[in-house]
Amino acid sequence: MAQSYEIDEKKSLTSKVVTLRIARFNPEKDSDTKFMEFIVNVEKWTTVLEAILDVKQHFDHSVAVRYSCRQATCGSCGMVINGKPRLACFTKVSELQSEVVTVEPMHNFPIIRDLTVRFDRLFNTHHKVKPYLIRDDSEITSNTKEFLQSPEELEQFIQFSNCIKCGLCNSACPTMATDSSFVGPQALAQAYRYVADSRDKGKDTRLKIIDESHGIWRCHFAGSCSQVCPKGVDPAMGIQLLRGYMLGFRS
Amino acid sequence: MRESHIMKIHYGTALAAIGLVAVHILMRLTQGFAESLEYESVIANYRFLPYAGLLEIILILLSIHGFNGLRVILLELKQGQTYEKAVSYGCIAAMIALIAYGSRTIFMTNMGLM
Repeated sequence: MAQSYEIDEKKSLTSKVVTLRIARFNPEKDSDTKFMEFIVNVEKWTTVLEAILDVKQHFDHSVAVRYSCRQATCGSCGMVINGKPRLACFTKVSELQSEVVTVEPMHNFPIIRDLTVRFDRLFNTHHKVKPYLIRDDSEITSNTKEFLQSPEELEQFIQFSNCIKCGLCNSACPTMATDSSFVGPQALAQAYRYVADSRDKGKDTRLKIIDESHGIWRCHFAGSCSQVCPKGVDPAMGIQLLRGYMLGFRS
Repeated sequence: MRESHIMKIHYGTALAAIGLVAVHILMRLTQGFAESLEYESVIANYRFLPYAGLLEIILILLSIHGFNGLRVILLELKQGQTYEKAVSYGCIAAMIALIAYGSRTIFMTNMGLM
């Protein structure tokens, strides 16, 4: 059942009124998701996160939402906004060009409450692909030099270093929706990031980890992971490049 | 077997099948459609050893490719160790059964037993 409230604040000349529909679900009490509607005033620079926090401040402090940096760096505020996984702090209400803004928790993640989801699976798969440099020597031991790289070598993986583990790619992935054991685009993109790093010596180990029945080969190349990434990472391309290593096209 | 090896076979069988099915279609175009399906024509094709060999290879390639595709789809639908083993072994058994049945038809006809 939808509930409607209206913010009674003084409007500025440039403000606009939109309906913010927030998905409410508590797995301990509710059997299904309900939407609550709030009429909120927004400026052209107001982000969806700010609109949600406005609702929390003025109407219903019990709306559960995870956030931290508010500048698309921490990756905490991922949610489905008007049907597409996005970062709430990085999405302006005005850019949605809609009178109604619907926010839901990310798909393919277990819901803790309302817009907050559990990240266990993402962190487990991320950890599984060994997201660190594997080699015997170290830069920090005495009498060693730093591991140098040419700009060309850096170019091979630099975009994949921008991943903030927000989970939007996993939320958009159709295979993640059906295969509960799938490694997922986030972890596969990170596997590529380290496999392609010229300083890393753990390629074979990492490729073996993702070469299983629910690993890299279950990607259908829908490309939705790359569409939704707020940091410009292209996990779909990373997955195809990783497959190149496995099929012998790359070494 | 590693999944990458299975997928190499999967892609390889697909590419080989495209080439051989193209040859098969071109050979069928040498006759009219209705004439091609007549009993005598079909039997004659099976008794022509190179063509029977081609059909046998296509049967094997498409069975391997098809049943692996089915295995992949079923593995995505549901997960669980027992289920996954049942799907994998079930698909291998079904693939062997189909190849055996198709080969029996080709060999028996080729040897004049049908």
